[in-house]
Amino acid sequence: MLFLSIALMYACSKNEDEVTPEEKKITFSVPANFPAPAYNFEDNKLSNAGFTLGKKLFYEGRLSADKSVSCGSCHQQFAAFTQLDHKVSHGVNNCQGKRNTPPLFNLAWQKAFFWDGGVKNIETSPLNAITDACEMGTNIETIIAFLKNTAPYPDLFKQAFGSTEINSQVILKSIAQFTAVLVSGNSKYDKVIRKESGIAFTSTELAGYNLFKEKCTSCHAEPFFTDFSYRNNGLDLVSTDEGRSHITGAASDFGKFRVPTLRNIEYTSPYMHDGRFYSLDEVLEHYNSGVKASTNLDAQLKTGIPLNTTEKEQIKAFLKTLTDHEFIKNTLYSES
Amino acid sequence: MKISTYFLALLCPVILLSSCKKNTDEVTADTKSTFSIEFENQVNGSPLVLNTTSYKNAKGEDFKINVFKYYVSNIKLSKADGTTYLIPESYFLIDASKAESTNITLKDVPTGDYTKIEYTIGVDYARNFAGAQTGALDPINGMFWTWNSGYIFVKLEGTSPQSAATGNALTFHIGGVTDPNNTIRTFTTEINAANPLRVRTDGKPNMHFIVNAAALFTGKTDISFSTLYFTMGGANSVIVANNYANGLFRLDHIHN
Repeated sequence: MLFLSIALMYACSKNEDEVTPEEKKITFSVPANFPAPAYNFEDNKLSNAGFTLGKKLFYEGRLSADKSVSCGSCHQQFAAFTQLDHKVSHGVNNCQGKRNTPPLFNLAWQKAFFWDGGVKNIETSPLNAITDACEMGTNIETIIAFLKNTAPYPDLFKQAFGSTEINSQVILKSIAQFTAVLVSGNSKYDKVIRKESGIAFTSTELAGYNLFKEKCTSCHAEPFFTDFSYRNNGLDLVSTDEGRSHITGAASDFGKFRVPTLRNIEYTSPYMHDGRFYSLDEVLEHYNSGVKASTNLDAQLKTGIPLNTTEKEQIKAFLKTLTDHEFIKNTLYSES
Repeated sequence: MKISTYFLALLCPVILLSSCKKNTDEVTADTKSTFSIEFENQVNGSPLVLNTTSYKNAKGEDFKINVFKYYVSNIKLSKADGTTYLIPESYFLIDASKAESTNITLKDVPTGDYTKIEYTIGVDYARNFAGAQTGALDPINGMFWTWNSGYIFVKLEGTSPQSAATGNALTFHIGGVTDPNNTIRTFTTEINAANPLRVRTDGKPNMHFIVNAAALFTGKTDISFSTLYFTMGGANSVIVANNYANGLFRLDHIHN
């Protein structure tokens, strides 16, 4: 309240002539059809300088062991921040990880991260990729030493956090200022739902949406197109990846993975935790005819999801309305 | 306009302060001071010497210790009248390889006579899942699991001829905060009323705790290194936490 009143005083006493050079203020905006976010920048005040630094770190390949891999290497904007055409993450020394790179958007609404939900805070999420031998293959100590000795980083940290001191906390907080601002909520679907003028589904898309609500939303719930739960969708009789049980230690979680969002699904191929399906046709056919009776198979998939050819086309048409072209092309998020 | 704005600015904190309801169970004092705690690491009564000295567990098996680190957090003091004081932001990492870490200083503590101390062995639930931390909780300290968020509360690494692991390694990384494998344990000890912890403006007492690293392996369950030599969270970590919950710390004396 004191801060508010001080801010108020400043606002009142502001000299109208003092106009600073125009810079678009970085904001975190919640689409009208989204609920309140889980991450709200309360302990990490969003600023242009923090966002700019976070973005620079995100695209900084020199942070990795062989200086070749940045966050942005596997999280490519044109693929909604996943890695196009890679079944699994492709890290330093041409090492192949074991899981498909998750796309990055609407992370501020997520309470657990990665396919197994092992990480519980967006700020600590990059530590995984930084330290994994098959991703960036390095450690925080090395990164801090690099940043301390590499211009213009000390200055950028000073601008963002008021001190040239560089530690893991400010590194992670600045990256979160970039990743949490990545909001995708301007797809055709969103505009239809928000009843924005002149935007309507085609008859095929509408038919697909109705089918989707009938057959898919129990897991891929709106508006995020995931209910953030962990499920087994019958990819294998016995999964080679233990999935969620690696985190919980519970046998009932073996072979379960987080239900992925379907937003921007048109651009996030390949699909599934191991990237086994390259096309949406393969995915839909899996649900139609390929579901295997694994031990922890989701109860709702016991008989699969029967879909005829027309229905598949309609659902695909609807899924493509989840593409957010403005997000994918927003230069604010691009490597500059 | 300007005067009324200033007036508003002054008024706001007044309102804020007066709206704070005083908790009657909280220690209040006009003066504050400092005390310190020394953690003397031992193994069954012998000084803990890393890497070279061989010790025996309760099963009589030999072992050596290379790494011994643990968190002490949320330190809470109580007076004889039942009032308590939780020391804010009290997170400490004690590392047997860093002498300076074994003596911690607690500042801005209300003066008074305290007859009980309790603290978390490890880190409270919320901080395990919180955003990026610094100081004792900085992941750089090697006590944070990056693949399954949460802190390692107690880390003991060493060797034993009984261990079937490569290099006869012992790896005890105790942590995890969700049931059924919650390893958060609270240690409480009464302080002799005849010689309480006297926090005074002119006196900075020192509490001396003995920390027995071998307490990980006995207490409730005697652990044989032939069957348990590696744990990183999970059911086996709970066995170890249940062992050290009462036996890890012992208040030896207080210098007032």
